[in-house]
Amino acid sequence: MSSSTTPTHAIDMDSLGRGSATNRLADEAACLEIKHLNLFYGEKQALHGIDMMIPKRRVTAYIGPSGCGKSTLLRCINRMNDLVDSVRVDGEILLDGQDIYDKSVNVADLRRRVGMVFQKPNPFPKTIYENVAYGLRLQGIKDRRRIDAVVEKALKGAALWDEVKDRLHESALGLSGGQQQRVVIARAIAIEPEVLLLDEPASALDPISTLKIEELIYQLKDKYTIVIVTHNMQQAARVSDYTAFMYMGKLIEFGDTKTLFTNPREKQTEDYITGRYG
Amino acid sequence: MIRHWFQTGKPWIWFTASAVSISMILVFGLLLLIAARGLSHFWPGDILEFHYQEQDGKTPILIGEIHDEEAVTAARLRDAGIEIGGDEPVTRYLLKTGNRDIYGQDFRWVIGPNMRDLRTPEDLLTVERLEWGNFYGYLLSVKQAGATVAVGDGAWSALQERLSRASDIQAEIHSLEKSEIGAINYGMERIRLEKRGLELDGDNDPVKLARLEKERAERQTEYNILQKRLATLYQKINRDSMILRSADGREVEISLAKVVNAYRPNAMSLLDKLGFYFVKVGEFLSDDPREANTEGGIFPAIFGTVMMVIIMSIMVVPFGVVAAVYLREYAKQGPLTRLIRIAVNNLAGVPSIVYGVFGLGFFVYFLGGNIDQLFFPEAAPAPTFGTPGIMWASLTLALLTVPVVIVATEEGLSRIPKAIREGSLALGATKVETLWRTVLPMASPAIMTGLILAIARAAGEVAPLMLVGVVKLAPSLPLDGNYPFLHLDRKFMHLGFHIYDVGFQSPNVEAARPLVYATALLLVLVIVVLNLAAIAIRNRLREKYRALEN
Repeated sequence: MSSSTTPTHAIDMDSLGRGSATNRLADEAACLEIKHLNLFYGEKQALHGIDMMIPKRRVTAYIGPSGCGKSTLLRCINRMNDLVDSVRVDGEILLDGQDIYDKSVNVADLRRRVGMVFQKPNPFPKTIYENVAYGLRLQGIKDRRRIDAVVEKALKGAALWDEVKDRLHESALGLSGGQQQRVVIARAIAIEPEVLLLDEPASALDPISTLKIEELIYQLKDKYTIVIVTHNMQQAARVSDYTAFMYMGKLIEFGDTKTLFTNPREKQTEDYITGRYG
Repeated sequence: MIRHWFQTGKPWIWFTASAVSISMILVFGLLLLIAARGLSHFWPGDILEFHYQEQDGKTPILIGEIHDEEAVTAARLRDAGIEIGGDEPVTRYLLKTGNRDIYGQDFRWVIGPNMRDLRTPEDLLTVERLEWGNFYGYLLSVKQAGATVAVGDGAWSALQERLSRASDIQAEIHSLEKSEIGAINYGMERIRLEKRGLELDGDNDPVKLARLEKERAERQTEYNILQKRLATLYQKINRDSMILRSADGREVEISLAKVVNAYRPNAMSLLDKLGFYFVKVGEFLSDDPREANTEGGIFPAIFGTVMMVIIMSIMVVPFGVVAAVYLREYAKQGPLTRLIRIAVNNLAGVPSIVYGVFGLGFFVYFLGGNIDQLFFPEAAPAPTFGTPGIMWASLTLALLTVPVVIVATEEGLSRIPKAIREGSLALGATKVETLWRTVLPMASPAIMTGLILAIARAAGEVAPLMLVGVVKLAPSLPLDGNYPFLHLDRKFMHLGFHIYDVGFQSPNVEAARPLVYATALLLVLVIVVLNLAAIAIRNRLREKYRALEN
């Protein structure tokens, strides 16, 4: 094992061997380990032998052109793909050493540990307060004071408290897009997940809201392992510690964000980040 | 030029707009006709007195109210054997002569030209009676216990005084008979059933029997006391009577106990008439029917209609929603679900009488019969649920309208954005939790739309009800003060059936016709009110769940 923070060796794209040692980060503790993940939509294979680790309490970004499978991979981590008929997954994703695709895993429990924020803000048509309290109520928590405290903490964590503290009991649908997205983030962190998956969280927002979300991601990484999918390379460069470049369902390159953007190892990565395609 | 006009597309706009206007005219015309015919029934029209040239040469005096008129050709009248000169059309009038106990009928046609010396004397009296319909005539005197107490001009004021006393007593008798004695009878019947139940169980516990016997005896004494009170009241109410003279000079004595109301329409000012009109409309809405439904009010029918619709709604919504949830959320979408959907949609097109037949065969005889055997053996051989009743009627209508609710709910469920479901699932909710906490509340406006359509269909349905629970005259309402308050096994009255009954089954079709219109208007109003209530709820829900539609 090398002591460098860059990936130790190139990915053998045709390699289908199990337990490959590629895309390991030697000096980071792993939160998630993706081992040889293949995903099929019916006959069509969408992910090809993904192998990588996702470090704990860091921001890991996926970049790549549309349809490269980055969102699909993200949705594998909380098993959101289960909702799609005809999806078949093989390989493993280990969360703290446990395979989340194991039969014994309760999907609802898994999703409680791996929160997710979607591309378009999707607050429930309820009050701001009830949106944030939703996960707690699911867990059967009824203690009013405890819920109050958690809601306040989550909204502060999502940098939204000052803006909404006087109208907690108004509909969340009355907020601006950026505020709605932060309500959704507050809703996700209210149940204190270990991992937070962000699927292009700022792509539907204006530049100022985007900036706020990015600042928020920067703050949240102290407590959560964050995986973000983004279209926007500058965003990935700004917010992430590690970046993975995907193309056509394959993981092309994974490594330290700075290195990947300044000195990509692969030709395809270089072509993409210099804007030659994508 | 014309071709150019056609090319502009204007004719098409006119064509489409005229389709809309014709529909509007038809709808408003219908409502207007019903309203005009129905509402005019309560107006106290003038009473005419005139000499009438009969065919046999006599010229008797007739008294009555004109109800209808039509123009007929003289030739047609001659064909009918009536001698009349000239060729111009002649107006003939439908005269309500009342006094059915004397003449045997209360309507007759009179020919306009044969009416002479038309007058509207102010002292002509209309007497509404409990039996035999209206009486028209002159008040001669008022009697008390057989002795004349007022004659001539003083009689009218004496009559009014005594009439108000009589109607007070009548109200007391009514409440005694209906609620207090009714409650005792109901209690006695329950005791009888309990006793019979003990017998059937082979339980001759003397303590229980003694308790029942004691209760029965208590009720009996109560009953006897009430009976005595009733007897004195009857005596009191029969004290007064009045002597009236009819058009042909006969003198008739009418006991005030049999009188609902007496008034002199010819003496009323417009304001008096207006007041009287609203009182009559109020009576129509709140009273029980009399005289084979041709007189009095239709309150039990309004009550029955509304109650049946409410019970139906309570049954149809959960059932339809649950079915739609399975079809849309859980069932694997494929040819089978498509087939089921087609079947459900076609179910809405099955003629309603077929549902009535099914309700009678399955609900009433099979389900009801079994319920009776299992739970009400003590009432045998009299059926409890094994006979048509409001529960089976509501259930039959629920079955009739469930496709509408399923289709509307499915549409609502399919409109909930995927993002919302995913948002809930991503927080660790299971599918059921997502459904209950987010999806169904958001689909509730669509569910209400389904309910609105269901109500619109069910409230106007008559044919199946005739088989499963509606009757011409129900002795008691399905909701009253006797435990357990809601009597789902009872038969009930319904506005739609009431229209049919009054219009076609009544012995006195002419008298009943305005009532048909009035009842029809009321049925429309009841449906409108029920729908407006449901629409108001839906709009509130829509406002609440105004979702991420943009």
